[in-house]
Amino acid sequence: MPMPSFDALIIGAGPNGLAAAHRLQSAGRKVLLLEAGVPGGGAAACVPLAEGFAPQPLAHLSLNLDPRVAHGVELARHGLRWAAPDLATTALSPTGGHLRLDGPAGAALQGAVSEADRAAWAALRARLMRFAAVLTPLRQMPPPRLARGAGNPMLKLAMVGLKARMMGKAEFRELLRMFLTNVHDALNDELTDPLLKGALAFDATLGTWLAPRSPNSLLLWLDRLSGGVGGVQGAIGLPAGGMGALASTMVAAVQAKGVSLRSNARVARVLVEGDRAAGVVLDSGEEIRAPLVVSSLSPKATLLGLVGSRHLDAGLITRARHLKARGGAAKLHLALRGLPDFRGADPKTRLVIAPSEEAVERAFNPVKYGQVPEAPVMEIILPSAFEPGHAPAGQHVLSAIVQYAPHAPKDPEVARAVLLEASLRQLEAHAPGLRSLILKADMLMPYDIEARWGLPGGNWHGGELSVEQMLFLRPLPGLAQYATPVEGLWLASVGCHPGGGISGSAGWNAAGAIMGVGK
Amino acid sequence: MNALTHYETPLLQTPFHARTSAANKMHSWGPWAGYASVLTYEDLAMEHSSIRNAASVYDLCPMVKYRIEGPEAMAFLNRLTVRNVAKLSVGGVQYTVWCDDAGHLIDDGTLFRMSPDRFRLCCQERHLPWLLDSAYGFDVAIREETEEVAALSLQGPTSASVLAAAGSDVTGLKPFRMADFAFVGGEVTISRTGFTGDLGYELWTVPELALPLWDHLFAAGAQHGLRPIGSDALNIARLEAGFIITGYDFTPAPQCVREDRLRSPVEMGLGWLIDWEKGHFTGRRALLRAKPKWAFVGLEVDGNIGAEGAILYHDQKTEVGMITGACWSPTLKKSIALAQVQAAHAAGGNLWAEIYALRELHYAKMMMRARVVDRPFFQTDRRRATPPARF
Repeated sequence: MPMPSFDALIIGAGPNGLAAAHRLQSAGRKVLLLEAGVPGGGAAACVPLAEGFAPQPLAHLSLNLDPRVAHGVELARHGLRWAAPDLATTALSPTGGHLRLDGPAGAALQGAVSEADRAAWAALRARLMRFAAVLTPLRQMPPPRLARGAGNPMLKLAMVGLKARMMGKAEFRELLRMFLTNVHDALNDELTDPLLKGALAFDATLGTWLAPRSPNSLLLWLDRLSGGVGGVQGAIGLPAGGMGALASTMVAAVQAKGVSLRSNARVARVLVEGDRAAGVVLDSGEEIRAPLVVSSLSPKATLLGLVGSRHLDAGLITRARHLKARGGAAKLHLALRGLPDFRGADPKTRLVIAPSEEAVERAFNPVKYGQVPEAPVMEIILPSAFEPGHAPAGQHVLSAIVQYAPHAPKDPEVARAVLLEASLRQLEAHAPGLRSLILKADMLMPYDIEARWGLPGGNWHGGELSVEQMLFLRPLPGLAQYATPVEGLWLASVGCHPGGGISGSAGWNAAGAIMGVGK
Repeated sequence: MNALTHYETPLLQTPFHARTSAANKMHSWGPWAGYASVLTYEDLAMEHSSIRNAASVYDLCPMVKYRIEGPEAMAFLNRLTVRNVAKLSVGGVQYTVWCDDAGHLIDDGTLFRMSPDRFRLCCQERHLPWLLDSAYGFDVAIREETEEVAALSLQGPTSASVLAAAGSDVTGLKPFRMADFAFVGGEVTISRTGFTGDLGYELWTVPELALPLWDHLFAAGAQHGLRPIGSDALNIARLEAGFIITGYDFTPAPQCVREDRLRSPVEMGLGWLIDWEKGHFTGRRALLRAKPKWAFVGLEVDGNIGAEGAILYHDQKTEVGMITGACWSPTLKKSIALAQVQAAHAAGGNLWAEIYALRELHYAKMMMRARVVDRPFFQTDRRRATPPARF
């Protein structure tokens, strides 16, 4: 049977691949989406946990789904619902003196915090949200270019600048001051409460290879705060059915649009003929041809693995090899026979163990040297506390992001076991008796994440998100506009601007860039 | 801890040093790639004359050499260099260049195919980091072998006769081919290559055989006017042949501080080397896009003063280029020069060289007409004739 022909092949059915596929198909291109495993959802794709328990995704919350993607793909029409569209956070105390932050980005604070700290947090939060909002439009366009006559969207860029300037001279100066500062200093300039600072410092650095004291870490916090759920800036959401449901909704929407989808089709390499992309070769040896190839795999994997040295300049290959991709976050999944009690904390909140900003920093220190922290910090979700369907009746699932974890320890097996033990110790200290509830425990280290989700170094962002790898430097200078040196091959990855999360932004931007070229 | 004394003798000695230093009557030394290299042994005119009229020996050891081997050595070299290495058969030699991503020249060199999977790359500058970076993704091993090879260049009309007298029959050897010859329990590889544009050979062996080889060659060459030559004489011969030297005629891209000094192969008159059809090589896409701003030309300059370093003017008024190498050619009896000129002036016409002649401590400034001529300035059938004529 002859293969139907396609205008575009998209490699990887994660949020970016799906977003790009939808946008291109909507523009009249015939798109085939190729997924190595089962579609889809990239980091929202799930791994099995235990008999009777729902499989678990890498990304367990939604914090920056691109509104253009949500609307464009019509996720709501295809059945996306929220178990919690604006999740509260509990900063856990081992003695029960928890803090609770309600509303987007901790708008309301409950707990034993001084009036001075409350006022300071309200002011700091407002400022950070304002700064983050100024930067949001940058996420929704290709990064500006430095080259002369580069054809930048000057009007849009001017609007960003104007909006920043319209905050007033004092605020504009404050933006410039804070832009490249670190989270630790910014927090200690304003706040005193260790538990509050700990929870904020944890959020600010979640999923990065940075700790609160790392230079430029505040920028990552602003990046996080520029996201939101359903148009509410700074909100964090838990989709009904979990992130896996968000992924499958996207898949359904994309299929409804007419995109063809192939599972278990791992792309071995991009076919290059006459110096342009001509299709792909699957690891089965099957050749699929199309004039346009879009890779939503990390730029590093795409350039080094799928294209390779033969078709790229030596300098570019070297720069791609040196692209920083270290993952510092591990993922812990527990199947529990009952609901753990975190000393009275509301299980239908996001539970954060980060006793202080110092504790977050200390959890990073050993990881820099390939070792495991004794007291990791973590974000805990109990999806089964929100709705049924995640675990057998009466039983529960605990999903935690554990920071920090070494991405390349000397002995990966030992490091996994040591971090699991340290994490369980931390959990037991905050929820006495939790260990006795455990039916099954899975610790996914950054290298496990790399193996399962194809993210180099296990880094969530397909390449570290830090100031030197952002905007026109992301993934590499010269590649930031989603085009590659190989004509017809495009990057649409979380490793491109604007970076990570289950957002689809890079895929949406890339599709826009591709269609711009066709004009 | 060892006493650090390396700085007292910053220049290395080649395996021929015992002979070259004994012959260097003028004690005229210059540094070349970290080695002490003879500039003129005794008399520049006689040394140049031996290249064109008899036979000359030049110590090539300082030339940088890389050993490149592995199942994907050819694929690696095809991606590294601009020529098609698939067309280079075993026993063959290829003059080639390589570029960075932007299509700017890094170096030129000669590539020897020793076996299907083993090559030797000889060049002016050191490039190990670039070669190793370029090797990513290829099954190839690369190391510098400069110190493991002793090499002499034997050039001149009687060079084949010298080799015949030395017991090596090279009459069947065509230009850019090489062959192995037994020599005192070891081997000498002889390639018909050189940097003079004349009949000539290069001899390659291990350092242990260096001195026996030198002695053997000079014993055989006594009847054929063989003499050692230094870099000064070789420089005149290479200018007559129109050959360029990296670092003299262009600045290698990795060393350029000023953006406008970068040159593409096309701008250096080497566009003919590029095989656009062989597949991708580093710099290819940039070269396809680039519009050459410069051209590299040969010039004949009026007068008899070497025009080394002269600035070139159009109509005696506007600066349009720079002479990168020049001499009074004893063979042609002309003042010749190699020059970079702005592409618009590649055809010449109304070009002038501003020459400063030092006459008894005072400079005389002259504007001399410079005519663009074909390279090489000096051409001889001896270079290609196989078998070589007997002199």
